[in-house]
Amino acid sequence: MTTLVIADHEGARLKAATLNTISAARQLNNGVHVLVAGHDARGAADAARIIEGVDRVVLVDAPHLADGLAENIAAQVLMLATSYTHVLFPATAAGKNVAPRVAANLDASQISDVIAIHDADTFDRPIYAGNAIATVRCDDAIKVLTIRTTAFDAAPSASAPAPVDTKAAVAGTQRARFVRREVPVSERPELTSARIVVSGGRGMGSAENFALLDSLAQKLGAAVGASRAAVDSGFAPNDWQVGQTGKIVAPQLYVAVGISGAIQHLAGMKDSKVIVAVNKDAEAPIFSVADYGLVGDLFEAIPQLTQAL
Amino acid sequence: MKIMAAVKRVVDYNVNVRVKADQSGVETSNVKMSMNPFDEIAVEAATRLKEGGHASEVIAVTCGPAQSTETLRTALAIGADRGVHILTDVELQPLAVAKLLKAAVEREQPQLVILGKQAIDDDAGQTGQLLAALLDWPQATFASNIRIGANTATVTREVDGGLEVLELTLPAIVTTDLRLNEPRYVTLPNIMKAKKKPIETWSPADLGVDASARLKTLKVVEPAARKAGGRVNDVAALIDKLKNEAKVI
Repeated sequence: MTTLVIADHEGARLKAATLNTISAARQLNNGVHVLVAGHDARGAADAARIIEGVDRVVLVDAPHLADGLAENIAAQVLMLATSYTHVLFPATAAGKNVAPRVAANLDASQISDVIAIHDADTFDRPIYAGNAIATVRCDDAIKVLTIRTTAFDAAPSASAPAPVDTKAAVAGTQRARFVRREVPVSERPELTSARIVVSGGRGMGSAENFALLDSLAQKLGAAVGASRAAVDSGFAPNDWQVGQTGKIVAPQLYVAVGISGAIQHLAGMKDSKVIVAVNKDAEAPIFSVADYGLVGDLFEAIPQLTQAL
Repeated sequence: MKIMAAVKRVVDYNVNVRVKADQSGVETSNVKMSMNPFDEIAVEAATRLKEGGHASEVIAVTCGPAQSTETLRTALAIGADRGVHILTDVELQPLAVAKLLKAAVEREQPQLVILGKQAIDDDAGQTGQLLAALLDWPQATFASNIRIGANTATVTREVDGGLEVLELTLPAIVTTDLRLNEPRYVTLPNIMKAKKKPIETWSPADLGVDASARLKTLKVVEPAARKAGGRVNDVAALIDKLKNEAKVI
């Protein structure tokens, strides 16, 4: 009975989502192994071996694993998967891309966005944008899960490092080729792991006005997010989108600015510890989940707030 | 080449879903149903590729009960040439859908299959990747741009933190993200035309697929409600609360 966690990483660095997934794995009361598949990924493997609860790190390092192609990562996971009872991925863009490919090859029903683990076979997951929670039982020999990272704490550091096994890579595909990546360098923390998130909605009015949030975010050391309405209106890039069809966040503080609070947006942020809403419409549904609601003009309130901090 | 677009009938985006009192699921009778929004984007993408001269035919395929035909008609009104309805009343889970679609792909031999990245009912986000694995085809999920070349698709993907571009050798699977396109408004003349387009109906048995549910749903409940909090009168009061009460700044 051992669980394999597939690390989401950037070669030298382990992404925070991996730590939440390790916490979920520990709840299965099995041994926990972590697979780091990548290129020049020794750094990520060294980071994984000093996480509490990790019994072993498996490092597979090869040039064709550098760019996280789903075909290649899935093949690597499949080489190992039959030795495990559970294979867990973080529900990040990378995890969601690969996990179903692994499940299909095992003829297993993948379970997406697990938010609670009852026992080795029974899990809770949100459906309908989090408006309902389904408890499902899986009888497959190998369970393939993606873990909603906001539902599990990050695993802490360990006192003694776990051993690292290095394994040879299986051959990669020729039919999918990585061309390039366009990831703007940001001074802001990563949206899904930021302690504070400041998000704007349609009420921001324009892309230029998002600069107001940027100043506030800088003061707070916060990440900037957006509602789908703001993304659809072209005010903000899609990878800022918080909600059912974007990112799920649960920071210590979530500041919703000019966001009405459609259920699809609430699905992405309602587990935040403290929610602040600033909106001129006193009836906006966002106020029904906000701990502190400020009814007023955001174009006055946000500069005042930035100034006062 | 042929392009296949997969579509699903789901509870409409604007419906506030209610959990059934017996905890067996959510209420779907007498509720407005529509095509899954990401699937509309898939049909639009396939239609635009055909209009751009990259495809000879667009086939829309759906799996589900008799009413799913309405969803196929919507796809035909957007621009698909014909429909395939895999008719079944069983509760379909992603792996079963992927197996049905695989069988449909083997019959129709499309070079490109475009699917929504997730359905807004079960929020699983698996079917495209499952299908790619079952067919052993390359995949590009969460697409915001598709360009067709000689035997290739160059796809821009929305990933954490930005974008990534992949080049796939056809045949391949693409799943759509929001910004791939804005589906066209379906006009009345096109709805009329769609009524005359052919729809073939197959059963899972015709395709040799066991579509029965494998995951057992034990119960479906409402999430714990978050209590509505208070209001503050001004920015100074807000800062005071955040510093001294919530202690988060």
